[in-house]
Amino acid sequence: MSSREEILAAIRANRPKLERPLPAVPHFDAAAPSSLLAMFKESLTRMGGQFLDPPASGDPLAPVRERVAAARIVCSTVPELAGNRDIGAVGSPQDLADVDLAIVRASFGVAETGSVLLSDRDLKLNAVGYLAQHLIVLLDPAHLVFNLHQAYQRSEFRERHYACFHTGPSATADIEGVLIHGAQGVRSLAVLPIAGKAAGGRPP
Amino acid sequence: MSTDPSRPEEGGTPHGDPDALYRDGRRLDHAEAASTALRPTPEKQPRGAIVRGGRPIDQAEAAERFIAAPEHERMHDARLWDLRQKRDREMHGIEEWEELRALASGIKEHTLTHLDEYLEQFEARARANGIEVHWARDAAEHNHIVHAILRDHGAKSLIKSKSMLTEECGMRHYMASVGIEVTETDLGERIQQLDDEDPSHVVVPAVHKLRTDVAEVFANTLGTDPNNSDVHYLAESQRGATRPLILEADAGMTGCNFAVAETGSVVVCTNEGNADLSANVPKLHIASIGIEKLIPRLEHLAVFVRLLSRSALGSPITQYTSHFRGPRQGGEMHFVLVDNGRSARLGMEEFWTSLKCIRCGACMNTCPVYRRSGGLSYGATYSGPIGIIIDPTFNAHKYSRLPFASTLNGSCTNVCPVKINIHEQIYAWRRELVKRHEVPFVKKAAMKAAAELLAHPTAYRAAVNVTNAALEHLPRFVIYNGLNAWGKQREVPHPPKETFYSWYQANRGGKP
Repeated sequence: MSSREEILAAIRANRPKLERPLPAVPHFDAAAPSSLLAMFKESLTRMGGQFLDPPASGDPLAPVRERVAAARIVCSTVPELAGNRDIGAVGSPQDLADVDLAIVRASFGVAETGSVLLSDRDLKLNAVGYLAQHLIVLLDPAHLVFNLHQAYQRSEFRERHYACFHTGPSATADIEGVLIHGAQGVRSLAVLPIAGKAAGGRPP
Repeated sequence: MSTDPSRPEEGGTPHGDPDALYRDGRRLDHAEAASTALRPTPEKQPRGAIVRGGRPIDQAEAAERFIAAPEHERMHDARLWDLRQKRDREMHGIEEWEELRALASGIKEHTLTHLDEYLEQFEARARANGIEVHWARDAAEHNHIVHAILRDHGAKSLIKSKSMLTEECGMRHYMASVGIEVTETDLGERIQQLDDEDPSHVVVPAVHKLRTDVAEVFANTLGTDPNNSDVHYLAESQRGATRPLILEADAGMTGCNFAVAETGSVVVCTNEGNADLSANVPKLHIASIGIEKLIPRLEHLAVFVRLLSRSALGSPITQYTSHFRGPRQGGEMHFVLVDNGRSARLGMEEFWTSLKCIRCGACMNTCPVYRRSGGLSYGATYSGPIGIIIDPTFNAHKYSRLPFASTLNGSCTNVCPVKINIHEQIYAWRRELVKRHEVPFVKKAAMKAAAELLAHPTAYRAAVNVTNAALEHLPRFVIYNGLNAWGKQREVPHPPKETFYSWYQANRGGKP
């Protein structure tokens, strides 16, 4: 008998013969706030992420342009901003090792946790979200959901091969509980709310 | 010892004190120089339980050594209690917390009682998504499968994120024996790997170490400054040392927090983003999955993701929650489904619900025994309350003493996000081990004497009176010796002036 058959046979022989119906999961969204963006900002900040307030007038991308100007190698996957490392021309993830700043657009955000979802379609090359030193994420405020119950109704998890919630930057507290940003991945994550077309995915 | 360039005159530090200058083999002191370091030398890290093959692990002995290192014990206790308090704050912030726990428990029990069906569904979906699925009966088969995949790809180096399952399988040792270089990419796990020590906690693997311990490990292995125990410096040094290994690795590996049958995807939660590096930089991604990680659908995932990090660390979510549903372009993905005793545990009437565990570590953080003895004192892959009910299923003789490392206060059960009745299972294991004659003589003799006394009220009352009187007057060495476990590491409470029974007899006795 193959290992597969043996394991399945053992499970069938041993599984408790008990009635355990699958519970229905409510969405727990009765208490959703009027402003999802305000809640998102608060949650993101709590998780060590930065929320870039768009300027009251003028160029909405100004806070991002400032950071682009200060960085040496910038890799952008969004049409709004050009970098100097063309992601389309990058052959392998290793070629992203020297990127200082990456700019991507999120499929959507979650107000409850301050998370943004980055799928393989948003990232183009998945590793760019982790090998870059700093990450800026554009997020359309219209693409916010209240909580994770709503988030998992979205199509990305059924359609994309890779999708990841980023909630603040790479962090660790593995030595005496001291908080470190930039454990292995990005040292900072900043989110700019700005309307725009996400690469893929759609609400349920 | 090589000549220290900053001290051209002297040549090294023969007595290991990095502050000292030496001349002609003697410590040089003049003017206002200190002849001895003003700060004390760092406390040495207490090591874990002594493992002697299959002989019973003596958790109490290792715990004693941990308590004898007060700086370690204090930091460990405070750090884990802080995590517990952060967890409480998160819990109070969510109105539906108890409902989520009940749902999580219900979903897991449903899945476990239909595990064969969900595994088949998961496998079919994963295959349809282009993933190769393997099945491993035990640890050895898991290691062989992973090795075979690596060999087929000519892979010699593997970067991986933290996985308790690969710890359980002893995978790193196996890979070392077949010439595969494994690099752990979680900071805590990397510290433990470089120190050749097991993780002491399922979420924070190096929580038992002080920063000075880490500085020593990194100085010896990564060449960092042995006198610099600044945490930012240590973490940054590790990042710098690991990065080239990540870029050059032939293959990547992750564990699995949740496997979703509906989509055939695995979900991995990390704070460092190291699972995403491990899976997204090399072309080949292998995920090791314990068969109990299955959940039916994405809507159920929401319940577990909301509970996991809140219970573990007191944060609403981990920094990264990664969903792997298929290989990336030009890449390859393999899933290894591992049984290693789980299907047998499913058939243990009193213990099968331990398979609901999502490895958050909340029971460890809240346990007074764990907090003051350190995870390595258990001498097993899994430590703390969840460990002492899982470990005996692997080896009831070797881990026979672990279920006694508990006060049965029930706090573990109260914080468990999937409502495992942990303290009741600890008690059930004690009964089971007595039945199997796995309990040492002193404990058994004491229990037998206690049983006799408790069965005879008159004898019991007489004994209580004698004991209380005796405790007032006995010299310390009679109370605090090896035979009285309750006198170890703690003071025995003062006996009451009067027992409730004698007060009742005097005040209410005979009255209606």
